[in-house]
Amino acid sequence: MKSAASLSRYALEVTDLTVAYQEKPVLWDVDLHVPEGNLMAIVGPNGAGKTTLIKAILGLIEPAAGNVLIYGKAYVEQRHLVGYVPQRGSVDWDFPTSVLDVVMMGRYGRLGWFKRPGRQERRLALDALDKVGMADYAGRQISQLSGGQQQRTFLARALVQDAQLYFMDEPFQGVDATTERAIITLLQDLRSRGKTVIAVHHDLQTVPEYFDWVTLLNVRRIGSGPVREVFTEENLRLAYGGRLAFINGQHQAAVQPDNAPAG
Amino acid sequence: MDFFLQLFFDYTVRTVALGAAVLGLTSGALGTFAVLRRQSLLGDAMSHAALPGVVLAFMLTGSKSPLVLMLGAAAAGILGTLLMLAITRFTRIKEDSGLGIILSVFFGFGLMLLTFLQRSPAANQAGLNTFLFGQAATLLERDVVAMAGLGGLALLVTVLFWKEFKLLSFDRDFGQSLGFPMTLLDILLTTLLVIAIVIGLQAVGVVLMSAMIVAPAAAARQWTDRLGIMVVLSAFFGALAGISGALISSLERGLSTGPVVVLAISLLVLVAFLFAGNRGLAWQWLQRRRRRRRLQLETVLSNMLKLAEQHEDLRHPHHVAVLRAMDYGRGGVLRTLAVLAERGDVVRVGEDTWSLTEKGIREARASGPRSTGDGRAGG
Repeated sequence: MKSAASLSRYALEVTDLTVAYQEKPVLWDVDLHVPEGNLMAIVGPNGAGKTTLIKAILGLIEPAAGNVLIYGKAYVEQRHLVGYVPQRGSVDWDFPTSVLDVVMMGRYGRLGWFKRPGRQERRLALDALDKVGMADYAGRQISQLSGGQQQRTFLARALVQDAQLYFMDEPFQGVDATTERAIITLLQDLRSRGKTVIAVHHDLQTVPEYFDWVTLLNVRRIGSGPVREVFTEENLRLAYGGRLAFINGQHQAAVQPDNAPAG
Repeated sequence: MDFFLQLFFDYTVRTVALGAAVLGLTSGALGTFAVLRRQSLLGDAMSHAALPGVVLAFMLTGSKSPLVLMLGAAAAGILGTLLMLAITRFTRIKEDSGLGIILSVFFGFGLMLLTFLQRSPAANQAGLNTFLFGQAATLLERDVVAMAGLGGLALLVTVLFWKEFKLLSFDRDFGQSLGFPMTLLDILLTTLLVIAIVIGLQAVGVVLMSAMIVAPAAAARQWTDRLGIMVVLSAFFGALAGISGALISSLERGLSTGPVVVLAISLLVLVAFLFAGNRGLAWQWLQRRRRRRRLQLETVLSNMLKLAEQHEDLRHPHHVAVLRAMDYGRGGVLRTLAVLAERGDVVRVGEDTWSLTEKGIREARASGPRSTGDGRAGG
């Protein structure tokens, strides 16, 4: 079975992934097959397990059951193919370090133990900062960055990882218009180079515009596939329950603010 | 001068100073990571939890050799930490309460053992209670050698794992995704912290050792925005406080070192909080004052323009009372007008009336539409 799957070049295959905190399942029997070269959005209401899904795939959370393959092999073997952009709010931005220093952390995996980043890492980091429009901020203390600049710093750090498959947790969360455009350009650039990006996304309106593949999640997988086929009113209703207000037509949807997971 | 020379040539004093320097360096450097990882309280709990370890190690072996006692302290400290982790993981008790429980239970147990020992006939227990508040004067050469060995080792490991520890402190999940075993690194760094604490126990004491973990790093953070500089600076502050505290306390018999060291490091923290660039209170106060001044100049200027625009002639004079009212009576309007007059933006026309000059009109327009109330942000 595995050999058949790897023939069709799936960047990511997830089977039966289940995560539980104490007794309560947060992710229930999730299957995903993401062909390479796609931009995929993971959408779902709050508490649907979007972040948990990414963390479980990356091995940051121990799943109760399930199997994850990156380009046909186990994650531990394929780590070098994976880049990760955590939620911006997950770190202390008052940490005493500079933008360049944070970006160079993306090279730590390749450097391995004990070796310190050198001239080459510096160059790669500066290149990546240039790509996200942050070249002038390399020496800046990170506490002086705006939310959008923090996000772009994180993206630059992922870029220097030089991965094939990127996981991004809410890259558009609370960023300014400039940053949003910069991220979109970046995502498209990554796709044109054959990379795969999987991003947790909150804004349903922009899903069809920014992404070509989508996974609807609410503890269970509601649907996963090309946006045109999966991002339907019916699936959205399944994922969000009744708390979805539709504005003219199928793909224009907005979620009402609600913090509780759908019942 | 003679006094200081004597200090440096006196064998005992030199031993004490060296020991204090080692403990300050180590706790300062490793305290940086504890503070940045928001584990300051963990240091406190660890040092208190070490007390029963020291006493038990003595009771079991009958020896007061530094390595034996340090080993006991470290074992108890680590046990306390593990228990704390277990409590937060398997019960509903949160971390702060868990730390409180460990701290008080272990420390209480240690005190009980100490009083029990004091009433027992075994004569050579004397000296163990210096572990409460510390007594640098009791440091012997073999103590300092043990401290320096352990401290040097801890610092060496820190330098070796520098990049990994930085990753652990800043973004643990990202480090894990890169393949670094973050839990192991966490255990390693916590062990180093235990070592730093254990080194200082005899000189500074279990009660106040946590100050040597937290305070040097807190002071260093005020002066710099770079991790490397912060660690070096923190180590330096720790050593400075350690040496001065140890020397002062050894001048007077029966003066515990812990409190003196804490006073010394507190002074360094106070100076840092007040005068450090950027983050220091004094600097921030100056900045705020400067901003408020500038804002007030702009506000008065734009208020005058607003008034002037209600007249045909923009140079129509206005009464000070009107400007005061527009400034919500915050005062300082006259002084501001004087400054503006000096810059040639306004001229005094009558007793209490002022009018804009050509230059003033230009500048008021350039500074943009600022309403009368905008000045609040600066106040």
